[in-house]
Amino acid sequence: MSATTATLPAMGRLPLRLVLWGAVLVLALIPLLNQLPESSALHVGDFIVTVTGKWITYAILALAIDLAWGYTGILSLGHGAFFALGGYAMGMHLMRLIGPRGAYGHPVLPDFMVFLGYPSLPWYWLGFDMFPYAFFMALFIPGLLALIVGYLAFRSRITGVYLSILTQALTYALMLAFFRNDMGFGGNNGFTDFKELLGMALNTPLARAVLFYASLVALVGSYWVCQRISVSKLGRVLVAIRDAESRVRFLGYSTTQVKLFVFVLSAVLAGLAGALYVPQVGIINPGEFSPGNSIEAVIWVAVGGRGTLIGAVVGAFSVNALKTWLTTAAPDLWLFALGGLFVAVTLFLPKGLVGLFRKAEK
Amino acid sequence: MTSSTILYLDDVSVVFDGFRALNNLSLFVDQGELRAIIGPNGAGKTTMMDVITGKTRPSAGTVKFRDADLTQLDEAAIATMGIGRKFQKPTVFDALTVFENLELALKAPRGPWACLRWVLGGEARGRIETTLEEIGLTARAHDRAAILSHGQRQWLEIGMLLMQDPELLLVDEPVAGMTDQETEHTAALLRRIAGTRSVVVVEHDLEFVRALDCKVTVLCEGSVLSEGDIDHVQNDPKVVEVYLGR
Ligand SMILES: Nc1ncnc2c1ncn2[C@@H]1O[C@H](COP(=O)(O)OP(=O)(O)OP(=O)(O)O)[C@@H](O)[C@H]1O
Ligand SMILES: [Mg+2]
Repeated sequence: MSATTATLPAMGRLPLRLVLWGAVLVLALIPLLNQLPESSALHVGDFIVTVTGKWITYAILALAIDLAWGYTGILSLGHGAFFALGGYAMGMHLMRLIGPRGAYGHPVLPDFMVFLGYPSLPWYWLGFDMFPYAFFMALFIPGLLALIVGYLAFRSRITGVYLSILTQALTYALMLAFFRNDMGFGGNNGFTDFKELLGMALNTPLARAVLFYASLVALVGSYWVCQRISVSKLGRVLVAIRDAESRVRFLGYSTTQVKLFVFVLSAVLAGLAGALYVPQVGIINPGEFSPGNSIEAVIWVAVGGRGTLIGAVVGAFSVNALKTWLTTAAPDLWLFALGGLFVAVTLFLPKGLVGLFRKAEK
Repeated sequence: MTSSTILYLDDVSVVFDGFRALNNLSLFVDQGELRAIIGPNGAGKTTMMDVITGKTRPSAGTVKFRDADLTQLDEAAIATMGIGRKFQKPTVFDALTVFENLELALKAPRGPWACLRWVLGGEARGRIETTLEEIGLTARAHDRAAILSHGQRQWLEIGMLLMQDPELLLVDEPVAGMTDQETEHTAALLRRIAGTRSVVVVEHDLEFVRALDCKVTVLCEGSVLSEGDIDHVQNDPKVVEVYLGR
C-alpha cells in the first residue's frame, strides 16, 4: 500500500526510482530514434512517436484519476470531461492560429463559424489566439468546473456510487452540449485541420518531438506532484478519508475541504493531459466527452493498480498498448477484451498489475 | 448554568422515526469534571455523544459547549473546538501504522495545504512517543493498525483522543475487550486527565465505574433516571428496578 511505502525506509524505494527513471529514459529515446534513417534497424516510425506521445497524456489522466479514486476514494466516472475541456481550450488556440489558411480564407473566423454564418468571433473565443491564455484556460476551466461540482457534491455529502453517477451525468451533459452547433465549438465535427503551434508547423518531426517531450515533462511533473502529496501527511489524510471518512471528520478535518482540494487538482491534471493530447492527435470533438471514455480511463487505473502512482501509469500504457494492437488485429474484440480485463482484474488482481510484482518481491 | 459549566444539554430530544432515543435529556458537566454515564442497552448513551459531536441533530433542545451552540456546527468544527471522542466500536485507520494514526490525530492545523507542508518536528515526535508509551503500543508503532487486536485498537483510539488534546473527552465504552489490569490502567489514566480536562465516560462495567470514583448519571429511555455517587445510584430503587436488578 502506498501509505506504508511512504514510511518504509528509502531502501525499498530505491530500485523503484531507478526503474522509473529508466523508463523515462527509454521513452525519451523514441523521438531520437525517429530521426535515424529508415534503413537503420533502430529506426522508429512517426506513428510510434505520435501514439506513445498520446499514451503519455493518458498516463497523466490516469494519475489524476488515481489521486482522486485510488487515494481518496472519490470514484469519478466523468474525468474524461476535464480531459476534453483541456483539449477544447487547446483546440480553440489551434483554430485561432489557422488564421486565413482555412478553406473559406476568413482572416479571423474558423471555417465552421463562417459556414454557420457567425458575423464575428463570440466573446468567449477572445484571447485564445494567445498561447499563455489558452494554456491557462486549459487548466483553469476544468479546475473551476471541478470546484463547483465538487463543492456542491461534497458539501451535501454525496459519495460512493451517487458521486460516480453524478460525474457520469456531467460528462454526458457536456457531450450533448458540445454536439450543438450553437454552442460555438464546432458541433459534432469539433476542431481539426490544425496548422501550427508556437510557430512550429504541426505534422513535422520537430513538432512531434517537441510535443512528445512536453508531454513527458508534464508526466514526470505530475508524478512528482502526486508523489509529494502521497508521502506527506495530506496523503495519509486522503487514505484515511478513503477508508473511514466520517472518522476523519471527528478528528477535526474538514473532509469537504480536503476532497475539494484533491478533486480540483485532479481535474487540473486531467485538463493538462487533454491540452497535450489534442495537438498530437490533431482533432478534438464531442466524442471525447462520451461516458465510455471516462470509464475506460478508470479501467486503466484498476488494471495497473489503484492507490499506487506507478500502477496508474503502468495501467494507462499497458491497456492502451493492448487497445492499439487489438483495434487493428481484431477490432470487434476490443470492447469484450476491455470488459473481460476489468472483470478479471477485479476478481483476481484487486491490486492490479503492480500488485503482482509487489507480491513477487516478498 | 454556572460559569464553570463546560457542557450544557438542556431538554434535548432526538426522535428516530417516532422513536424517542433521547427524551428531554438535561445534563451539565463542569470544567475539569470526570463523569460516568451508565444505563441499560439502548438508553441513549451513544446517541447523546452523537448529539454533542454533531453526528446527530437533536429534534429539540439546547446543546452548548461554553457559549457555542453545537447544534449549528459540523463534526469537524466541533472537534477543532476541543471536543474529542472515542467511539464505542473502535475505528482506526487500518491502512496506516499506529504511529501514523496518532500523527493524524495530533493537534495541528487541519487544512489541506498545512497537511501537505507538515513536517514532523521533535516536539510532535516526543508527544507521539509519550502517548505510545502510555497506551503500551511502543513496540507496535510501525505496524499497520489492521493487524492490532481488539484491545489494542481500543488503546489506539484512546491514544488518538489524547493526541487531539481536547478540553472535553467523550469516551464510549473504553474498557470493552480489556484485561483487568488494562481496565485499572484506563481508570487511572482517565482520573489523571480529569482535573485539567473534562471527561465523560460511558461504561457498563460497574467495577470500572467505581474505580473512576466520580459522579454517576444513570440514563434510561433517553432521560436521566438518577444522579449521584456510585453507592447512591446503586441503591436507588428506580435504578435497581430498571437496570441493576435485571
Ligand atoms: N440512527 C438511528 N436510527 C434509528 N434508531 C437509532 C439510531 N441510532 C440509535 N437508535 C436507537 O436509539 C436507541 C438508543 O441507542 P444508543 O446507541 O444511544 O444506546 P446506548 O445507550 O448507547 O446503548 P448501548 O449500551 O447498547 O451502546 C436504541 O434503541 C437505538 O436502536
Ligand atoms: Mg452505545
